[in-house]
Amino acid sequence: MSIDISTPGVDAVAGRSRSLMADPGSAGRFGQFGGRYVPESLVPACEQLEAGFREAWADPAFRSGLARTLSLYAGRPTPVTPTLRLSAELGVTLLLKREDLAHTGSHKINNVLGQALLAKRMGKVRLLAETGAGQHGVASATAAALLGLECVVFMGQRDIERQELNVFRMQLLGATVVPVHSGSRTLKDACNEALRNWVSQVDETHYCAGSVMGPHPYPWMVREFQRVVGEEAREQCAALLPQGQPDVVVACIGGGSNAAGTFAGFVDTNARLVGVEAAGGAAISSGAPGVLHGYRSRVLQDENGQILEAHSISAGLDYPGIGPEHAHLADIGRAEYPSVTDEEVVAAVLRLARTEGIVSALESAHALAWVLREAGTPQLPTDSTVLVTLSGRGDKDAAQLVELL
Amino acid sequence: MSAHERYGRLETHLRDRRDAGRSLLVPYVTAGVTADWTDYLHAYADAGADAVEVGLPFSDPMLDGPTIQEASHRALSLGATTIDALTRLARARAGIPLAVMTYANIVFRHGATVFCDQLADAGVSGLIVPDVPCDEVDELSTVAADAGIELVLLAAPSTAPSRLRTIAERSRGFVYGVTVMGTTGERAELADSARAVATALRRHSTRPVLLGFGISTPGQAAQASGCADGVVVASSLMREVLSGRGPAEVGASVAALRAGLDAGSAT
Repeated sequence: MSIDISTPGVDAVAGRSRSLMADPGSAGRFGQFGGRYVPESLVPACEQLEAGFREAWADPAFRSGLARTLSLYAGRPTPVTPTLRLSAELGVTLLLKREDLAHTGSHKINNVLGQALLAKRMGKVRLLAETGAGQHGVASATAAALLGLECVVFMGQRDIERQELNVFRMQLLGATVVPVHSGSRTLKDACNEALRNWVSQVDETHYCAGSVMGPHPYPWMVREFQRVVGEEAREQCAALLPQGQPDVVVACIGGGSNAAGTFAGFVDTNARLVGVEAAGGAAISSGAPGVLHGYRSRVLQDENGQILEAHSISAGLDYPGIGPEHAHLADIGRAEYPSVTDEEVVAAVLRLARTEGIVSALESAHALAWVLREAGTPQLPTDSTVLVTLSGRGDKDAAQLVELL
Repeated sequence: MSAHERYGRLETHLRDRRDAGRSLLVPYVTAGVTADWTDYLHAYADAGADAVEVGLPFSDPMLDGPTIQEASHRALSLGATTIDALTRLARARAGIPLAVMTYANIVFRHGATVFCDQLADAGVSGLIVPDVPCDEVDELSTVAADAGIELVLLAAPSTAPSRLRTIAERSRGFVYGVTVMGTTGERAELADSARAVATALRRHSTRPVLLGFGISTPGQAAQASGCADGVVVASSLMREVLSGRGPAEVGASVAALRAGLDAGSAT
């Protein structure tokens, strides 16, 4: 598939053309998506954060400090692992970007260390986070402990019941986990509660968003903090693959942070970019343009504009929206967003475990499930090379899998 | 052209009353919270309200505290929809201007033009959308003006002076001064930040400045009237509605707020 890698966008502020997955400008727009749809009370905090991030991101000392922390503390670079038995079975060359091997067990640590260092630089003393599967909460609690920040994590009651181990880990790390009983009692409602709490604590608190969603600058900033996944993978693929690049790059999508980070490393190559949604939470294919949690994107909603509950086996993908940049990449055809069912996901976890000795998170298994389904079809012809970002490890899902199997 | 023709119905009405020396009272009701919810509009009008704020419920209200959240949830579980609410408002004929408060996703679901036209058809004068701040307001502002709807903007204690000026200038109907950094809900005392917000907004515009968030009692209303042109009262009234009090009983609370404001204006 041939992609024009120089597809320009227009910077609304400066009038410059720019490449895909670049700075979205002061308005934080990705095509028709993005923006800053927050109460007036939060606008100054978002503006302050944008200014703080721009300054820090342009500061070599901040960048090298983050890189050093990612290396010495979080275990970067994570490897790209070629699968042997599974590749042979599928007839495609399948490589895994191993974010499951990062500290705390998922890619979430990259973003959170970035935000926590930024928060500290900006003089904030408290991290406020929301979490679905608990991985972002654990990462936030970890970074807060490392940097001496207070940490409060909002989590839907239903997710607390599904993710007992991660709740314990957060508490062990010194964080306060606040159960959310409203709505569907999942990630969507935890986001509402975290944002409401932020309004009242904005001076001393940094809202540590868990994905490429929320008001500007979050979708851009989180993507930049996750860019390390794609950039590392690109270099590693260049060393491993005779042709230098994979034909297809696949990642699971809830809010979409691991996919955004992965895609950022390959958006200017010819690789097909595939973001895999949960069938019950497919905001790209089943949603409509709307505004949720401070940004405009594609959102699962009814005819009247009420937000629908997403349904997924994985708490991390139980979210009715999707990062605005993904909605834009879908709009312009640069990335594809198919979906897979819960049954396909469980089958993918088992198959990877038994062929490669790797137990992936249910979230990550969405990406793998798409590969298993499509390998050998025109979607993914035999002899293709495929990179899958394995965004997290499956320990947290063990209790849930016991019930399912 | 007279001065009045430059303003919409809501602003003209509020300016007239304010200029006559009256402190303005805008009570709130969530559309669809009870089967007889439009009866509260009449009770509020009879009790001395100058306009009514009608909340169109949204599943994910980012700026609402527990009481309004519960009211929205109850309304939605009773099947409330925008169309039904506006149809009921069109029939209600409250006799005073109405301003709808809702969230961006409700406004943009079928396009802002469609939504604003629906408001106009229902006889609504104003629109308050708390998650569309002034930086994102261009499209909605134009569409609302074309439909004859006055788009009310909010200012917060955290708003910088330069933004306060923009908000005061671009707001229509009135300017909504948020008294606290926080969500809607009752509070024990009127926040100190209320006076600062109201004073700053009044410096930038002659438009009516109403304070809201945390104003619950006649005493707080009277206190607020000392620095602003009036108040919006929501959570304390909705707490009564949610506890089963009918239009006459809640209307009595609005009358008490009216008395508090009148007493505040007189001192």
